[in-house]
Amino acid sequence: MIDFKTYIQFLAVMAGVTYLLRAVPFILLKKELTNPFWKSFLAYIPYTVLAAMTVPAIFYATESRLSGICALVTAVIASLLGRGLVVVATVACITVLVVDGFL
Amino acid sequence: MTFSKGVKDGLPIGIGYFAVSFAFGIKAGAALNSWLLATFISMTNLTSAGQFAGLQIMSSATGTLIELAIASFFINLRYSLMAISLSQKVSPSFTTSRRLLLATGITDEIYAVSMAQKEKVNPIYFLGLMTLPYIGWSGGTLTGAVCGQILPTMVVNALGVALYGMFIAIVVPPMKSSRPTLIAVFIAVALSFAFFYVPFLKENVSTGFAIIICAVVASLVCAKLFPLSSNATESVDGKEVK
Repeated sequence: MIDFKTYIQFLAVMAGVTYLLRAVPFILLKKELTNPFWKSFLAYIPYTVLAAMTVPAIFYATESRLSGICALVTAVIASLLGRGLVVVATVACITVLVVDGFL
Repeated sequence: MTFSKGVKDGLPIGIGYFAVSFAFGIKAGAALNSWLLATFISMTNLTSAGQFAGLQIMSSATGTLIELAIASFFINLRYSLMAISLSQKVSPSFTTSRRLLLATGITDEIYAVSMAQKEKVNPIYFLGLMTLPYIGWSGGTLTGAVCGQILPTMVVNALGVALYGMFIAIVVPPMKSSRPTLIAVFIAVALSFAFFYVPFLKENVSTGFAIIICAVVASLVCAKLFPLSSNATESVDGKEVK
C-alpha cells in the first residue's frame, strides 16, 4: 500500500502528463490545416485508433475468448443494421452475459 | 450547437464510461484501499488505458515516477493527435483560455462524437458533451470502489465490453460507406493483431505505443493512397462534405 505523499506525486505526474498531451497541441495549432495529406491523415486517425484499441483487446476483456469474439460479431452486426451507440453497447454486454452464462 | 445538445450526445458516452470506470473503481479501490484516492485518479485523468497502466505502476513496489511519466506519455500520445485534429474542427470562439479549460475533455469518444458533427464545434456544446462522460467516469469509479466485490465477475466483465461496443458503433458505419476508411481500419486491425501475437512486438512494445503505431501507420498509408481532395463529395466517414 502506498502512502499518501507518494500517491500525490504519482497522481500529479500521471494527471500532468495526460493534461499537457491534450492541452498543448490544442492551444498551439489554431490555424486550419490546408494540406490535403495531413487533413486526410487526421480524418482517418479516430477510426484507426478506435479499431486498434478494440481488436483484439475485446477478446481478452471478458471471462472467455469466445464471449469476446461473439461480442465483437454481434456488435458489428448491430452497427451494420444501423443501430446507435447505446444499443450496440447493450448488445455486446448481453452477448457476453449469455455466452459466459451458458458455457 | 447548444449545451443541451451536447449533454444529449454525451449520454451514451457517459453510460459506457460508467461501466468501464466501475471496473477500474473495483481494482483501484482494492489497490489503494481508499474509494476517495481511487476516485481522484478518474477525476484528474479521464483516460481508461492510461489510468489502468498508471494504477499498476503506482501499486507495484518497484514503480517509479519516471516510469509512470513515460507510460502516461506513450499511452496518451494519441490525445495529442486528436487535439490537433479537433483544433481544425472547433469554432473561432474556442479561445486559448477555453481550450485550456476544456482540453481535459479530449477523450476517444468525445473526440469521435465532436468530429462527427456537421458544424464547427463551439465551447458550450463541447462542455455539454463532456459533462455526462466526466460524471459517468468519476461516478463509475466511486461506485465501483465503494461496491467492491459485491457484483459477480461475470456481470462486471459483461459491462466491460460496453465501451468496445461503442467503439464498434463509431467505426463500423463509416467503413460501410467509405472504402478508404474500410481499408484504413483493416490495416490498423492487422497491425494491432501483430502487436498482440508476435512475441517480439508483444514483449517490447507497450499497449499505448502499439495503438499509436497502428493508427499512425494505417492513417499515413491511407492518406497517401486516398487523400481527400478539396472538392471531394465524400469524406472518410462517407458523409457529404459541405
